[in-house]
Amino acid sequence: MASIKIPTPLRSLTNDEDTIVANASNLKELIAEMENSHPGIAERLLDENDELRRFVNVFINGEDVRFLDGLDSPVRDDDEVSIVPAVAGG
Amino acid sequence: MDSYCDGLKCRECGREYGLEPIFACEFCFGPLEVNYRYEDIREAMSVAGVEAGPNSLWRYSPLLPCSPKYKIDLGAGFTPLIKADRLAKVLGLSNLWLKNDTVNPTWSFKDRVVSIAIARAREFGFDAIACASTGNLANSVAAHAAAAQMDAYVFIPSDLEQGKIVGSAIYAPNLVKVNGSYDDVNRLCTELSMKKHWAFVNINVRPYYSEGSKTLGYEICEQLGWRAPSHIIAPMASGSMYTKIWKSLQELHKIGLIEEPNTRMSGAQALGCSPISTAYKNNTFTFVPQKPNTIAKSLAIGNPADGYYALKQMEETNGHAESATDEEIIEAINLLAETEGIFAETAGGVTIACLKKLVQSGAIHSSEEVVAVISGGGLKTVEAVSEVANNAMLVEANATAFEKETAQRSSQNVR
Repeated sequence: MASIKIPTPLRSLTNDEDTIVANASNLKELIAEMENSHPGIAERLLDENDELRRFVNVFINGEDVRFLDGLDSPVRDDDEVSIVPAVAGG
Repeated sequence: MDSYCDGLKCRECGREYGLEPIFACEFCFGPLEVNYRYEDIREAMSVAGVEAGPNSLWRYSPLLPCSPKYKIDLGAGFTPLIKADRLAKVLGLSNLWLKNDTVNPTWSFKDRVVSIAIARAREFGFDAIACASTGNLANSVAAHAAAAQMDAYVFIPSDLEQGKIVGSAIYAPNLVKVNGSYDDVNRLCTELSMKKHWAFVNINVRPYYSEGSKTLGYEICEQLGWRAPSHIIAPMASGSMYTKIWKSLQELHKIGLIEEPNTRMSGAQALGCSPISTAYKNNTFTFVPQKPNTIAKSLAIGNPADGYYALKQMEETNGHAESATDEEIIEAINLLAETEGIFAETAGGVTIACLKKLVQSGAIHSSEEVVAVISGGGLKTVEAVSEVANNAMLVEANATAFEKETAQRSSQNVR
């Protein structure tokens, strides 16, 4: 199971849990799994074209998925996935 | 007097929020912008009123998202706008001004944004202030926190220049060096901001903080005699300052203090960290994050929060993006110092180097009136240009030794 760190704005969908777990082989599947267990979460992460929203950053073990394979990035057991708002810093 | 703002609004989906310490839309994660009552500001502000105000950024306080009664005033802003005829001639321009922000209290424009952030943080009732920083922000947050007697938590990449590390540590904040790039530091702080009850100036206070950069634009217009120039070039890291300068010109027009601005806005990046200028050159609004490798560490943000809006603004204003190599940056720092007597940190070198390239390529016409923003002072990044000192004369303390050495150098054509 990969563990997923949930940012504050999404915790209303996770009963205030800051970490949830899910099983998937890549990020796209992981988001589908999260949607199954926590309905409503997918539309917050994906736009109308099913791409990651412009201001959503996702990191797998600290690496921005845009340096990996985006939504096709592989997710393994024990991976730590962080969802982080992009509009920070500078 | 209280502030003239009454809420936050998502720039992407339009959802509205109260004046809270939040930075991203709870629905779509889009950035939040402060809503102002411009009609009231129009009545409250006049040319005479501003000109009678303090010689700091607080002369524009109705346009700032905080109540001045919470300010910690180290004297940020109202820096000189200098006519740079010697540099203009070298670059092939007829009309060049430099906005010299090296002379702020901690020697960079970051004192502008921190002035606003700390006032807002105090108004919100925070007793600790924090930031993720490439160095300049760290210096400013540490200094303002000291003056406010607030706890400060300052997070920086571990490989920063010594001047920037000492320039933070001297004010005795909790200084945290992080193994990683700025983008790693920023991710860490974004996660911490959800756990700690601290005012992270560029995270949960960012909608207010970033407004401080508008004062650069207000001052440029006031110092030009209440008019906007035809071209402004500014350095870009997150792209925030670059976008806020344009916003400031539109605001001055909205409240009737200047004519409608037709200013072209250009942005400068270091080639070793150029996600925005690379996207510009590839004709796309979708930038690809980069792993920085440049001497311009203050601009080394590989995943710029305002990159998208910077690219939109470039198109809207018919401006350009350019990038400069480390070599060009160093050359430009030297050129600025030797022609105008201003010692800029690496970001200033980036701006001048990119200006030079844009004039050479014809993107900026020689007849345009250009204002270049010099955002930080050179003593922060002496490592970048320390070679200039290698050639200094070393003599015994007597006139004969000096004359002898001078004659020898002259015969060898050494300066």
